[in-house]
Amino acid sequence: MDLFLSALDILMRWDVALALLAGSVGGVLIGAIPGVGPAVAIAILLPATFSMDPIVGLTVLLGIYGSSMYGGSIPAILINTPGTAVNALTTYDGYPMTARGEPRRALSLAYSSSFFGGIFSVICLILFAPVLARIAPMFGSREIFLAALLGIILVVVAHRGQALMAGALAAFGIFLQTIGMEPVKYSQRYTFDQPFLQGGINLIVVVLGLFALSQAFVLLTTEDEKIRTTRLAGGNLFQGLRELARHPRVASVSAGFGVIMGMIPGVGEFTAQFMSYTYAQRTSKRPEDFGRGSSEGLIAAETANNAVPAAAMVPLLALGIPGEALTAMMLSVFYVHNVVPGPGLFQNDMDFVVALYIALLILNVLVLVFLLVATRSLIQVVRIPNRFLGVCILTLSFVGVYSLRNSATDCVMAAVFGVLGYLLKRLSLPAVPIILGMVLGGIMEVKLRAGMARVKTPLDMIDRPVSFILFLIIVLVLGIHIRRLWLDRHDLKEAEWQSKHRSTSFGRLLLRRKSSFLMERGKLHRARRLTWYRRLMDLF
Amino acid sequence: MATERERRFAGPRRGQLIFALAFVALSLLLLAQIGNQTIWAAKTRFFAQPRFWPVVGLGGMVVMGGLHLYRLPWRRFTVQDRVELRRWLAVLEYALWFMAYVVLAPVIGYLPATLVFVPALSWRMGYRSRQMMMISVVFAVVVVVLFKTVLSVRIPGGLIYDYLPGALRSFFILYL
Repeated sequence: MDLFLSALDILMRWDVALALLAGSVGGVLIGAIPGVGPAVAIAILLPATFSMDPIVGLTVLLGIYGSSMYGGSIPAILINTPGTAVNALTTYDGYPMTARGEPRRALSLAYSSSFFGGIFSVICLILFAPVLARIAPMFGSREIFLAALLGIILVVVAHRGQALMAGALAAFGIFLQTIGMEPVKYSQRYTFDQPFLQGGINLIVVVLGLFALSQAFVLLTTEDEKIRTTRLAGGNLFQGLRELARHPRVASVSAGFGVIMGMIPGVGEFTAQFMSYTYAQRTSKRPEDFGRGSSEGLIAAETANNAVPAAAMVPLLALGIPGEALTAMMLSVFYVHNVVPGPGLFQNDMDFVVALYIALLILNVLVLVFLLVATRSLIQVVRIPNRFLGVCILTLSFVGVYSLRNSATDCVMAAVFGVLGYLLKRLSLPAVPIILGMVLGGIMEVKLRAGMARVKTPLDMIDRPVSFILFLIIVLVLGIHIRRLWLDRHDLKEAEWQSKHRSTSFGRLLLRRKSSFLMERGKLHRARRLTWYRRLMDLF
Repeated sequence: MATERERRFAGPRRGQLIFALAFVALSLLLLAQIGNQTIWAAKTRFFAQPRFWPVVGLGGMVVMGGLHLYRLPWRRFTVQDRVELRRWLAVLEYALWFMAYVVLAPVIGYLPATLVFVPALSWRMGYRSRQMMMISVVFAVVVVVLFKTVLSVRIPGGLIYDYLPGALRSFFILYL
């Protein structure tokens, strides 16, 4: 109770209240505009939050992260275009509802499910915090190194069909963070004697380039779409809560998936949504409705994605290991204020952690109220033309990059990463592994050096319970990935054989004939034939 | 007709070969510099060597990028690749717009630079109506007021602000 009160004490400030309001309203707006998304907004706002108190800055960023998915469901349901990437699954069942004249019911259900997911995960984590506080100190250098390694491996293998390139890009991130002056022997690494490279490549410059500038380039090079918004009809905005109450099992299981997947680094919303949607479909009495406007499908998708943000803060706060790009960006806010997230934070500043969770709780309520009141006017933001949006993002990116160090070189670098991000987007390749490679690579370097100082043999690395469990999980994840690759290969071969019209290779066919002739059985066969042939000839 | 391998490839075909080739070539080039650009410190353990992590990064880039290149279902450049390359180069124009804004802001000041940049780029993007121009100007003013005046983000005043008279000069440098 004392903890709760001291956490409330941290939040009882006008600037925190303002941050909550700005974060929630801003997040919804940003989510509702297709083509912006929380990553772009957080990247732009990051340097602006450096001058604020950690709790204020983090509340704004968390607010944007947590509420953008609420906003993202609006265009997903009304115009079949997800506002943020994680709302893609919402279009499956949300848009068919709009098509049959029930947009208001769909929106209300999406808001209610998102609200439930958000609240469920925050409550889970507040209850879970004491356990975490007990587990977190068990993480020494070796354990944090292994956890970061696991994070990178999970991010790479999560990109199915692109794991090789995702791995190469993560390695690129690891390389990027090594550039500059190395802090132990004070030697230069890959600076090519250029003064601007000696300080290293700033994470925020890379983030702004890869997320904000690249998105601006994408928008500037696309055509404006004609968007027809639907008139809100069919049901009222409050009926969603009642409808949600009729599916408590789907909602709680989906939120549970969201919490668990959010906590695992590198997994996140998509896996949580996929698992909860599949679960909902398998256990539904009407599985044939999924994809055609099923309320259970919508609940599963929206609950799972909104349960993730709070859970994603767990590895960040408890171990200092971000699991995905957005929390990686937030890590820099901690560093700027000399608050080092990790086991120490849970032991010494537990009230700060609980305050963050309570802020998330309040935020969810604020967002729901805002949406119930303002949905009608919010729909208008989807009308902003793409290319003008590109101009706006480019203008705002300048604030983000230039305000960091007032350096034109940073801006050049951000532009270069912007072009790289644009190429990756055109090629459908992921940019997230680069960011995580940079952040986790830095953590791994420091922790491995510290951890290996006390290790005599390689087995000492895993001689503690937590490190051994982490090692087993790494082996398991790699094992599962290799098995999946093998099955994919098998499947591909089978499909190739089925769709083949000609003999595989004429040369190989002849080779097989030859070896068959030279084999013992072949010789015997020919000898027998020869005998019959002689007998036949003898008749004449 | 596309083969099964091509059909199962995640992502479009255009540009993949160019990107993979350039990525591997750059990684190899950087890896070749490892001797010049990093040192091998004496009396230092293997994992604490300054050279260790650059090798991990670049090694990963070369091996995994190389395997990606090897497993690409295409070995030939097509017309689409050339069109895609031209599209990539076209983006440089907007990168240049951005850099022009960066160069302009510290000289003529943040507010004037933004007031020039936003409407000019909107004009370039084809928005010629009076309404869109007005929106551009309003957006430019709002951005400057929000970030520089309200949030006090660190953006230095323009060089030409120095020519303004006393009180006006410090107001402009601080807030606009």
